[in-house]
Amino acid sequence: MNILLILAVVFGTLVLVRLANVAAIASKLSGENEEAEQESANRWNSIGMLTFLIVGLITMFYLINAYAPLMLPVSASEHGVAIDELMNINWIVLFITFLITQILLFFFAFKYKFNKNRRSFYFHDNNKLEAIWTVIPTIVLASLIVTGLQEWNDITNKSDKMEGLKIQIYAKQFDFTARYAGDDKNLARTNFRLINDVNPLGVDSLDKYAADDIISKELVMPKGAEIELVINSRDVIHSVYLPHFRVQMNAVPGMTTRFSFKPTMTTAEMQKETKNPKFEYVMLCNKVCGVAHYNMKMPVRVVEMAEYQEWLKAQPLVFPVAGESTAGASTATAEASATMTSGTN
Amino acid sequence: MEVNPNKHIAHSAHADAHGHAHGHHDHDHDHDDNFWSKYIFTTDHKMIAKQFLNTAIFMAFLAMFMSLIFRMQLAWPDAKIPFLQDMIGKWGKDGKLDPGFYLALVTIHGTIMVFFVLTGGLSGTFSNLLIPLQVGARDMASGFLNALSFWFFALSSVVMLVSLGVESGPASGGWTVYPPLSALPQAIPGSGLGMTLWLVSMVFFIASSLLGGINYISTILNLRTKGMSMTRLPLTIWAFFITAILGVLSFPVLLAAALLLVFDRSFGTSFYLSDIFIDGAPLDHAGGSPILYQHLFWFLGHPEVYIVLLPALGLTSEVISVNARKPIFGYKAMIGSMLVIAFLSFIVWGHHMFVTGMNPFLGSVFVFTTLLVAIPSAVKVFNYITTLWRGNIQFTPQMLFGIGLVSTFITGGLTGIILGDSALDINVHDTYFVVAHFHIVMGSSAIFGMFAGVYHWFPRMYGRMMNKPLGYIHFWLTLIGLYGTFFPMHFLGLAGLPRRYYAFTSYEAFDTLININHIVTVFAIIGGLAQFIFLFNFYYSIKYGKKSVQNPWKSNTLEWTAPVEHLHGNWPGAIPEVHRWPYDYGKPGAPDDFIPQTVPFSETPESNTPHDH
Repeated sequence: MNILLILAVVFGTLVLVRLANVAAIASKLSGENEEAEQESANRWNSIGMLTFLIVGLITMFYLINAYAPLMLPVSASEHGVAIDELMNINWIVLFITFLITQILLFFFAFKYKFNKNRRSFYFHDNNKLEAIWTVIPTIVLASLIVTGLQEWNDITNKSDKMEGLKIQIYAKQFDFTARYAGDDKNLARTNFRLINDVNPLGVDSLDKYAADDIISKELVMPKGAEIELVINSRDVIHSVYLPHFRVQMNAVPGMTTRFSFKPTMTTAEMQKETKNPKFEYVMLCNKVCGVAHYNMKMPVRVVEMAEYQEWLKAQPLVFPVAGESTAGASTATAEASATMTSGTN
Repeated sequence: MEVNPNKHIAHSAHADAHGHAHGHHDHDHDHDDNFWSKYIFTTDHKMIAKQFLNTAIFMAFLAMFMSLIFRMQLAWPDAKIPFLQDMIGKWGKDGKLDPGFYLALVTIHGTIMVFFVLTGGLSGTFSNLLIPLQVGARDMASGFLNALSFWFFALSSVVMLVSLGVESGPASGGWTVYPPLSALPQAIPGSGLGMTLWLVSMVFFIASSLLGGINYISTILNLRTKGMSMTRLPLTIWAFFITAILGVLSFPVLLAAALLLVFDRSFGTSFYLSDIFIDGAPLDHAGGSPILYQHLFWFLGHPEVYIVLLPALGLTSEVISVNARKPIFGYKAMIGSMLVIAFLSFIVWGHHMFVTGMNPFLGSVFVFTTLLVAIPSAVKVFNYITTLWRGNIQFTPQMLFGIGLVSTFITGGLTGIILGDSALDINVHDTYFVVAHFHIVMGSSAIFGMFAGVYHWFPRMYGRMMNKPLGYIHFWLTLIGLYGTFFPMHFLGLAGLPRRYYAFTSYEAFDTLININHIVTVFAIIGGLAQFIFLFNFYYSIKYGKKSVQNPWKSNTLEWTAPVEHLHGNWPGAIPEVHRWPYDYGKPGAPDDFIPQTVPFSETPESNTPHDH
């Protein structure tokens, strides 16, 4: 195996030595005429510039066309649709700029190859031109900035004022847990010192909102409701990434981050939209968080409100009520509360 | 102007202490040079430049080799990579790459490329080579500090290499090493000894960078030859000057960030840590914020992008002007745009943090400042294009790389407008779209600028010419390899593919994207192999290249007025005087299509314009 590798290196070097020698001999044969050699290089390379431009553009359009079906489907959230629209406007502006500048660059390179009977145009300053290509980009960018910031404000302002359906996303190496607020619509506070085997989120049982909190390993959201994700992490930085909803927010230990959005398509609707009966939404971790980062994810479903309420009823409480749950669980809860008390002290 | 020409280099360390200076001297041969004084304790800027370049080439091949390993993993996650176990031992048992080591490879690849190749390698090589030669100085302001700068760089490289071999693996939290991941060995094995060595290495690197930067600035400000006003400096020097200022202002902040991280890791402080439960136990750290680290890191991290890019743009300005046989268009606008870019680079760092939970209003401010960067960048691009317009282009390898830089600078710069727009960033943040963006705008452009510099100034460094046909093959394969590698990554990102994933096999939705990953990897291999052509050409030409004439590219700048054979002090006899700007190419009326800076206007009555006086 190693011998093969060494042979490859030796062989490759020999080929290069030959190439260098051939080039040297070729230049000797052409009468050691450096000028002629450079002239031929100029010709071939200038043709190369034009060829690269044309083949490059054709390939690019081909790829855009070929990969279009592989891109994310239509956004499953309200603000996501607006983001996609903004993205498309940006693409149009950028694409035009891209085409103009690249075509000029490679075309000039092709056209103005060296000719010893010609002089270049001694042209080193022109304030009018400089003004034009300072002012036009400024205007274009100003409009992109304004539209971008409007959208950004629309998305982020909601987190401050709205009273949505609060769902905590609690991240740790290497999974997510969702906690639903229950009937009182409020999430109980957590404390990392209260974490133990039966209380993996460290929910404070003394909090008056704690009793009806519900946890789940699956994120299920009702279609059309305002969702407020309340995001926490207990070890390192993770990131809650829901590409189909155009949602992303980091989970940072020691602080709470939020993201509000409104899902607009159920999983079933999206399966129809993508013509893929197996389509499922997914939440990914998108901030490197350790060795198994690439497998940190959570299944996500969007359902109609009625179905959501059915589902929610079937989910376990953070602190199962003694009597309704199994004996083992209640003992565990008791232990948990004991730990908690010592923890809070 | 009195300069220490360092006749006895081995004793140069004492030269400053004795405070003596030899002044001008006429000898054009070096006495009592032995291996130690010539290569190890040298304070000659030309030798130090070569030391930086050779170290950087070694580090670049190492980092490229790492990237090829993880690209193969990404394209063929189920396959066995041949020779893997032979090459990386226990991390590649039976040809399967270890997921933890995958992250280590990604981390070290990024660290080496950004710091060791594109900062140390690029600035270190060309600032050292060109500043004294192009401003007309006998050496750097302090040859001794300059030598120290290289040796800190070498030490830092060695520590980084050592970290590759430690039992628990090298640093593996990504090149940005965000805490708490980088602070807690419980979180990832790479945050043990590997991370400690990473931090030690970076401290040496920062010391090296600062010593170099202070030297570059003082040389440019104080040691310019007679007639070399700031507005007669070649754009290369302006670029190195602004780069050095950026480095001096921002690297200390990285040092602070790294130091606080060291404290958190080793001395129980809580600058970045709070409310952490890991390994079955709560930690005592309280009150810190991981976001603080990100602010400090990116306060360097964003200027760092321009520390990488500006020298490449400066080298390219020179190369394009020389080879288009035409003055660079908008000399003052080029300087102005570099200054504006440099200023803005200090107030845009937050665009790396739109989705960290940073206050959205703060995000808005960073959107505004970030998108402003596009304006001076656009000015630069249009100026390059106008320089080509009606030029008389000699397609040397360096010219090809210069044109390649402009192309990648456009392509990558445009996608930056998407990422700098916070609303659009939400869905592409930390995906392959980002990877595509910065590899094109920063990676490819900077490496193109570096290649342009190497091909152009190789005769100045080694007194011989590089082989041109091999240079052409190298360029075309590299251009195709880079676009083939990084262009399709945009699609991966737009499809929602996160970066720094070892494999995507457990996501059915991403199955369809594997074809794109195949294409990316195949082109990466093509581009990688092409670099061996360069490697061969470089070392072959040092030994067997055609002997260079004094001014092979018919260039105007001062470095080509010095003799081909290197000597301490650069010029035998007096330092040349400068009478004009460096871009008199193709001036109407002049007998040749270039007029070197040393030619006074009194000798060129036929080409003078009223403007010249």
